[in-house]
Amino acid sequence: MASYSTNEFKGGLKVMLDGDPCNIVENEFVKPGKGQAFNRVKLRNLMTGRTWERTFKSGESLEAADVLDIDMEYLYNDGEMWHFMRTDGSFEQFAADKKAVGDTSKWLKEQVVYTITLWNDNPISVTPPNFIELEVIETDPGLKGDTAQGGSKPATLSTGATVRVPLFINQGETLRVDTRTGEYVSRA
Amino acid sequence: MKADDWRPGATMDALRARAGLMRHIRDFFHARDVLEVETPVLGRAGSSDVHLDSLCLDARTMHGDERFWLQTSPEYHMKRLLAAGSGPIFQLSRVFRDGETGRRHNIEFTLLEWYRPGFALEALIHEVAALIETVLGTTLPQVRFRRYRELFKEHFSVDPLQESPDTLVALRDHAARHAGADTTSWSCDDCCDLLMSLVIEPLLGREGLDVVMDYPASQAALARRRTDHDGAMVAARFEVYLEGIELANGFDELTDADEQQARFEKDNRMRRELGKPPVDADQQLIAALRTGMPQGCGVALGVDRLIMLTLGLEDIDSAMAFGTARC
Repeated sequence: MASYSTNEFKGGLKVMLDGDPCNIVENEFVKPGKGQAFNRVKLRNLMTGRTWERTFKSGESLEAADVLDIDMEYLYNDGEMWHFMRTDGSFEQFAADKKAVGDTSKWLKEQVVYTITLWNDNPISVTPPNFIELEVIETDPGLKGDTAQGGSKPATLSTGATVRVPLFINQGETLRVDTRTGEYVSRA
Repeated sequence: MKADDWRPGATMDALRARAGLMRHIRDFFHARDVLEVETPVLGRAGSSDVHLDSLCLDARTMHGDERFWLQTSPEYHMKRLLAAGSGPIFQLSRVFRDGETGRRHNIEFTLLEWYRPGFALEALIHEVAALIETVLGTTLPQVRFRRYRELFKEHFSVDPLQESPDTLVALRDHAARHAGADTTSWSCDDCCDLLMSLVIEPLLGREGLDVVMDYPASQAALARRRTDHDGAMVAARFEVYLEGIELANGFDELTDADEQQARFEKDNRMRRELGKPPVDADQQLIAALRTGMPQGCGVALGVDRLIMLTLGLEDIDSAMAFGTARC
């Protein structure tokens, strides 16, 4: 496997640190007047999502992580694993476990395309599109005419996610939701 | 390349301020009878400093194909001028340091270097402060002298000059905590460099100029060694900090040819240990020192950083027309 020296470190580079694949977020070069130079690096551990700050002597290197972000369509859940298929026409399928899917499980809808992060060909995380359209399967009845004032109520969506929606929203309607904040955007 | 990379990194106002600053620097030295000199950017010898990487190139000369070094500082050439009887000299030169890019580093940058035969370190430090005041157009609230070992005692309760296994363990421990890295194989100097850069430096120069003195003897570079008033061997060297930025580095210059030769050899031993290519000792510098270079002090100041401070810029790229990312 290739390795990267500190001077090649830049945002987005995937490297191995303490056995986990990490994404480099920031790299700052520091050097005392005379003496050893260092690279102060911020990395996100792709397994845990945690951000690490590490300082390396300049010139040190880290092994490259075989990490790829690939678009895949969600197919189905077999009770244990979530199955996805590549959208490049290869029909290649990958199964993601609970750890990889994490909180994204509440945004999984069949035929929607997600970004699957593969490490050594295994899915380690699933990122939903920023916006997704989902049907309301349960909410208190809508208040007719109440389209202007504030006020909100919980609504359960087809994927199991619960979001706050305006009072005028009814069961059976399709909504546009921001998956990053978990907030209602509009009627779809 | 980004679509906007053809544009200068500095604003036109910043470039005008830069031109003014260069003029101020020249006026400052002309008023003090310090001679402006120009020495080669391309030299047959390179710096042997373990932590400096030079850029090399081959050129065709009267001797055929020869290897040349882009100078990391004009030090060797300027010392040869001193040995030849130049008297006090200054230079605004372009220097090159491979691999150094960041918010405060650019591979090619402008160094103001000057030498004062007969000056003691303290006299030169006062001249550095006077120059900074002239350029900034303000009076510095204070110039504080800080001893290297006192700074470490203050921040980490460790005396880095106290050579003992306990000191090394404590320094590695602090460095590991601040670096979040495995420092078990790090040397004392590695740990000190890290703690200085990451922890101490950002706090220096916040209320005027901080001048750090009495560096560990192992970090002497081309400075003399002397005994400090606690009896420890230290480097007769100083660094100047303003607003958390290291601005200048000065030496009570080494003038002993044999000691210079020994330092070249020591540098190369360390370079080999680190897997870096050795750098031939500059025999012309040795010859000049043998003839006799007057005792005195010299200092190098980063002009681009001074411009950053003058204009409150965050990135060295915006203090120069075309930084490495745009050149």
